[in-house]
Amino acid sequence: MSLLAEKIYTDEGPVAIGPETTGCRFKNPLSKYRVIRNEKKCTKCGRCVEVCPYEVHSWGGQNILRRPLSYRCLGFKCQQESFYCIDQCPENALRLVQNPNYRSFGDKRWTADLLLSTWWMAEFGTLPYTDLEYRIGDSGGGFDQMRFIFPREFKDSKLSHDEISLDLVLNRRADGRPQVKLAVPWYGGGMSFGSISLHTMLARTQAAVKWHTLTCTGEGGYPEALMPYDDHIITQVATGLFGVREDTIQRVRVVEFKYAQGAKPGLGGHLLGDKVTPAVARMREAVAGSALFSPFPFHSVYSVEDHKKHVDWIKEVNPRCLVSVKVSTPTDVDMVAVGSYDAGAHIIHLDGSYGGTGAAPDIAKKNIAMPIEYAIPKVHQFLRQEGIRDRVTLIASGGIRTAFDVAKAIALGADGVVIGTAEMVALECTRCYNCESGRGCPRGIATTDPEMTQLMQVEWGFNRISNMYYAWVWQLKEILRRLGLKSIRELVGRTDLLVHLDYYDRPVEDDLRRGATLKGQQ
Amino acid sequence: MPKKYHIPVRQVPPRFKAVGKGTVLDWGEGCLRCTRCVKETCPYEAFRNRTFDDRSLTDTIDSLCKNCFRCVQGCPRELITKAMNPEYNLLGDSYWTKEIITTTWYQAETGRIPVSGAGYGGPFKGPGFDSIWTDMSEIVRPTRDGIHGREYISTTVDLGRKPLFLAFNAAGELTMPVFPLVEIPLPVLLTEPDIGVNKSKVRLIMAQAAQILETFAIIPREGLTSALLPLAQHLMPQYSPGSLNLDDPVLGSVRIIELWDHANITADIDRLKGRWPNLLVSIALPATGQATERCEALAGAGAEILHLKADNHAQGFAEARDKHLKDLIREVHLRLVKAVLRDAVTLVASGGIAMAEHVAKAILCGVDCVAVDLPILLALECRLCSHCQEGDDCPVDLGGIHERRGSQRLVNLMGAWNNQLLEVLGAMGLREVRRLRGEVGRAMFAEDLEREIFAPLFKAPPGSETLERDPN
Repeated sequence: MSLLAEKIYTDEGPVAIGPETTGCRFKNPLSKYRVIRNEKKCTKCGRCVEVCPYEVHSWGGQNILRRPLSYRCLGFKCQQESFYCIDQCPENALRLVQNPNYRSFGDKRWTADLLLSTWWMAEFGTLPYTDLEYRIGDSGGGFDQMRFIFPREFKDSKLSHDEISLDLVLNRRADGRPQVKLAVPWYGGGMSFGSISLHTMLARTQAAVKWHTLTCTGEGGYPEALMPYDDHIITQVATGLFGVREDTIQRVRVVEFKYAQGAKPGLGGHLLGDKVTPAVARMREAVAGSALFSPFPFHSVYSVEDHKKHVDWIKEVNPRCLVSVKVSTPTDVDMVAVGSYDAGAHIIHLDGSYGGTGAAPDIAKKNIAMPIEYAIPKVHQFLRQEGIRDRVTLIASGGIRTAFDVAKAIALGADGVVIGTAEMVALECTRCYNCESGRGCPRGIATTDPEMTQLMQVEWGFNRISNMYYAWVWQLKEILRRLGLKSIRELVGRTDLLVHLDYYDRPVEDDLRRGATLKGQQ
Repeated sequence: MPKKYHIPVRQVPPRFKAVGKGTVLDWGEGCLRCTRCVKETCPYEAFRNRTFDDRSLTDTIDSLCKNCFRCVQGCPRELITKAMNPEYNLLGDSYWTKEIITTTWYQAETGRIPVSGAGYGGPFKGPGFDSIWTDMSEIVRPTRDGIHGREYISTTVDLGRKPLFLAFNAAGELTMPVFPLVEIPLPVLLTEPDIGVNKSKVRLIMAQAAQILETFAIIPREGLTSALLPLAQHLMPQYSPGSLNLDDPVLGSVRIIELWDHANITADIDRLKGRWPNLLVSIALPATGQATERCEALAGAGAEILHLKADNHAQGFAEARDKHLKDLIREVHLRLVKAVLRDAVTLVASGGIAMAEHVAKAILCGVDCVAVDLPILLALECRLCSHCQEGDDCPVDLGGIHERRGSQRLVNLMGAWNNQLLEVLGAMGLREVRRLRGEVGRAMFAEDLEREIFAPLFKAPPGSETLERDPN
């Protein structure tokens, strides 16, 4: 157990959880810079090991120097430091270069920096001390153009992380059904067995258990291996009804209706035949090797009344569960939200158009439905005008990549968020986009190929996701502390604490590493 | 129900290896000769299948590698590095991006919709068509499942003039002339690109593809050689001002012609109609500042088809050069609606239609159909290097492609586009593309969302000193 820990508030009382350092699965972690040692010149004097405080250099045995761990290197900004190994090496055997790999991964939403810093959080649970940008991507809009304005004088600088709560209650209807309280303001999005491996599912689920939150089965049945964790599972009822049985609905505390998903709003799902292995087919009660289509939409739902019938059906089958309604973001998303509340939903889950983990037509991912950043305030305000904002839990997803995205989504009006891709990145997804082709994910995350699945073990994945959760909890608490807020619930709808750079031209800096009391960090 | 439109797609491999995004650099120096080298465990067997392509003089690994980084991260001596392929970085320009070019190649090769996992990785929004999101239906409005063939979605549009009313005499007979009208099952025309080599080959490919797709290829009259005449039913010869000769025998075998707009065009058309009453005429006009007014005037004078042409980057010309085609279309469409002429005339737009989504978005802004140009060349493996404009050799020997392979690749591209159009229409719950025209209510424009949602939240109230907040 490391010395770091953050306290979260659960039904059973406060619990302190810390990260468990869990390194890269592969020999060479990707990095922004690269330290190269010339083995011919090196005399193994050990000077570099002595000077570098970041353990870039280390002994691997007597007279054996390990290859430099470049991803820990400060990079060129180390030049001014007294411990700059390149200058300190008496033999001039070290070189520092920008790693050419750095330019060849990442995209506008998940930049190389964001991937590297998320991998860092998944390894250590801390923020990177290097110059990596860990808060935003480079998409030029939405969350990436928003910044928090932290007051110069903290309103309550005495506020400590232990006093700040991040919990999220899911039942606001006062309908006599049990309360479900999460210790963190997020839960895991639906990813089916078939689209991801059982190892990935278990890693996600165990992290959800540890952090007192939930994760979702997606539309692919309820694997037996998840049954010990029933209280932390959301099971999904989607248009294909794959693997939906009375038993699966009765096991859980939350059932999710998937009307639409942000990755392909308005379109059905399609699991390619390659991915329908015998195990997947059994779970879905289908035939191995043949592609599975989920139609769109529910052909039994064409009105709010039909919708209510659906919700009532689930409530009847499981009298203790809460019902979440997952919808995408059309122009009238605000009406859809109110209709879902009227139909009896406890949770309205808006899935914006840029997110998603599953395979989808590129045209849909880019063009159909609005980004979540617009949908959240639109729905939040409308529910308030209708006088029902306090009686429903509003959850946002579709492009929540960082703790800052979580905080921004909540400040825009959501109660909490759902994440998907961020967890995949914690498991070392490089966003190569090949999840769907052939044997699936070449890194063993989104695959059911038996050999590929073995590339990742459950405990490793669980620790990685858990560490990222730790880093997010720390950041959210630090954001709240700087804003003088004691609870994440006080942040809901506080757009006054945010600025949008299209409308604000003064310098603004919300880096938590500056002036942070680094308690819980190093 | 009308006959189901089917586009026959068939895999046609490229003649040249596609330019890969990344290049794999591996150094032999210092290799430990591991018993199980990472190159042998590549999940895509890229190292095993790599060859030297003697046409493009490149290592094929660049197009085989799928950027999983397993070898980069697995080599115990870090001898393998991925780097951006400089050739890939140089592809295209700010509008015709490398992503558009490579995805067009993929569609021309396979006829399939580009599909990928892991969400969208591009910018939040962009100029032009990238500032529009299309709508979807859920719960209260039914969607359509067109793509898997379970529900019929029509992509047919009409070319020609439509009467706004019909008049009958006491005997119940029609007392007015019926205008000729042509249906095309795909709201896309093919129009000759202004660059490229071996134009006669490109024209033949366009004409063959137009025949298979049941649409039209717009080709300059002077390029209409005897080889193309058997395909005349799917050609739209284009005449520059003053070049129209009523005795031109071609006029007897085609269904539509296109005339460049000029001052006396209505007189020209009247003369033409006197001789060839069933011939449809499209009037091509540049998207200048006067285009809106001109369109109204021409539609008022009885024009059948108006073809608004923007430049290759979907920008207008002259005074309108800062305007995007989508805004120009909206202007023309609304003007025609106000003048109660919109339903009478067919509006076509071209210039910068680069992706399937542009077809849907242009129609949504107000056209009946679009005409594509540069994607025709992209389907034939063009790299938009513009060497041809400088008189240099074409690096992909555009003219050397066999016309059947070329036309099949173009058909494949349109097949993929049509399926994507069906996806978008299905998500919106529309049963036919005719209903999409001008349906801006089925779209979300970035400027509207910004004004309605973000501006009230983030814009400083007028007169206030930016924001009374305490910056760091």
